[in-house]
Amino acid sequence: MSTSNLNPKLFNTEVEQAGTRDGYGQGLMELGEKNQDVVVLTADLAESTRVEEFGKKYPERFIECGVAEQNMMGVAAGLALSGKIPFVSSYAVFSPGRSWDQLRVSVCYTEANVKVAGAHTGISVGPDGATHQALEDIAIVRVLPNIAVVVPCDVEEARKTTLAAAEHKGPFYFRFGREKTPIITISETPFKVGEIITLRDGDDVSIIAAGPLVYQALLAAEQLATEGISARVINNHTIKPIDKLGLAKAAKETGAVVTVEEHQITGGLGGAVAEALSEAYPVPIERIGMPDTFGESGAPGELLEKYGMSVGSIKKAVKNALKRKVVS
Amino acid sequence: MTIQELEIKANEIRTDIIKTLVEAGSGHSAGPLGMADVFTALYFEVAQIDPKNSTDADRDRMVLSAGHICPVWYTTLAHRGFFPIAELKTLRKLNSRLQGHPHAHSAPGIENTGGPLGQGLSQAIGMALAARIDNKKYWTYALMSDGEHDEGQTWEAVLFAGKNKLGNLTAIVDRNNIQIDGFTEDIMPLEPFREKYEAFGWHVQEIDGHNIQAIIDACGEAKAIFNKPSMIIAHTIPGKGVDFMERDWHWHGKPPKPDEAKVALKEIRTLQGKIKSEHE
Repeated sequence: MSTSNLNPKLFNTEVEQAGTRDGYGQGLMELGEKNQDVVVLTADLAESTRVEEFGKKYPERFIECGVAEQNMMGVAAGLALSGKIPFVSSYAVFSPGRSWDQLRVSVCYTEANVKVAGAHTGISVGPDGATHQALEDIAIVRVLPNIAVVVPCDVEEARKTTLAAAEHKGPFYFRFGREKTPIITISETPFKVGEIITLRDGDDVSIIAAGPLVYQALLAAEQLATEGISARVINNHTIKPIDKLGLAKAAKETGAVVTVEEHQITGGLGGAVAEALSEAYPVPIERIGMPDTFGESGAPGELLEKYGMSVGSIKKAVKNALKRKVVS
Repeated sequence: MTIQELEIKANEIRTDIIKTLVEAGSGHSAGPLGMADVFTALYFEVAQIDPKNSTDADRDRMVLSAGHICPVWYTTLAHRGFFPIAELKTLRKLNSRLQGHPHAHSAPGIENTGGPLGQGLSQAIGMALAARIDNKKYWTYALMSDGEHDEGQTWEAVLFAGKNKLGNLTAIVDRNNIQIDGFTEDIMPLEPFREKYEAFGWHVQEIDGHNIQAIIDACGEAKAIFNKPSMIIAHTIPGKGVDFMERDWHWHGKPPKPDEAKVALKEIRTLQGKIKSEHE
């Protein structure tokens, strides 16, 4: 893809920023207007999950569950079994964190048409500390049968993901960050659940990213270009079903992979890509993510730096991956 | 059906529960036998359901929260015509539609997935809420166990239904006082049970769960209470109808062996009339 399909101010210092959670709120307002079956549930987090506006405009389709995520997930299942399209909204540490059994039994096994929106994911949740930084949600959800898992990279992709969730038949999980992050995509940028998007061409290595760190991946690729390294950047927004064919093509054409995400390096995007490529086209893989440890309080930028998810860490991982390439 | 015909039907269901459990070789005995009268009253008298149109949008919703007592659900559904009685033989076997714990939509009439305790009331609440949003008249019934009131989710749901004054929801709890490890009041006391529900804003009735007329009447009263969810505490005898199972919590989670089943089936055959005489 050419960068003409991306935000033209992408690499300007004054690139616009917005929270991916705002894209969720925008998507819900569009859905509220056009789909009477859409209902929204929250567990005492209406404002910060950006569903408050929906609740004001469509009070009859807005369900405040109180701080009770397990019941919220079950009520959503019952609504879905009665023809509704419920959007379950909370912080990911609570839902699906606390409501995983209900997600497994009442939603996934039942194939109930429930959409679960996990807010405040990643280390960049920042000052709230480790309890509130969801770094395990992708792993615990993608292991469940029947559910799709999508990680939008910016506010616009989050809006599109929300609309796609309503169209998708069956359980659907998607996650957001807390912070405002650079707007990478525009309305014309392609987005289809299950298909990777190549944001930048390159031949030496594929940087496969998901979520707002797609931006750091793009910055790393720009800087690596000045060192003579041609890095492809792929937005792997859909963790499940993983785009195995697309990933194998990238692995074949570039011969090395670095995954980038705000999630534990076990079980998230890195795990999913490693699983897919080990079967489809094995190449050296380096994984950028939370290194099997809990987070702590701090500013988002400081935390990304300390736990190895910065532009510098990505560049280093690329060089490590290149060293491991088999010399033919 | 007359009350006597319903009593006979309940005993036919008990007979098939025993036969089904013996064939399966595993499963729960006490709860299913204890709830045979409640299921019979609901499916043959109370609920607006049509086995020939089991996905009708206006049907009453029947949610089994305590999924482990599914032998009584499956047997009742089969007797009501949702699927062949012969299919009961497949319970818990490979490729069966009748899973060891219920899987939603695996066979007609199975409205929800249940087994991990405490999930069904929330599901039922979702169905009742959907009816309210859509102005539909169907009723939602949640069939619960007393033991699953140990689960936090149950109380989240009880709180939620009370807040939302879900007048189109009736929950029936099988108050048989046992759970796997022993008597409920030893494992985790639930009393004062009625008062707990009342404090959460529910309309509560307590009935003899083996008195079919009482079950029908209580469901009728519940429908008349339009501004509160209703709880019917059905006091039942676990293992009802089989002397050596009755009141013995050891029968919560195991099936009878073939020789035990012979005795059990004989006792159930002579049960006719006994239920009534207990309450006269």
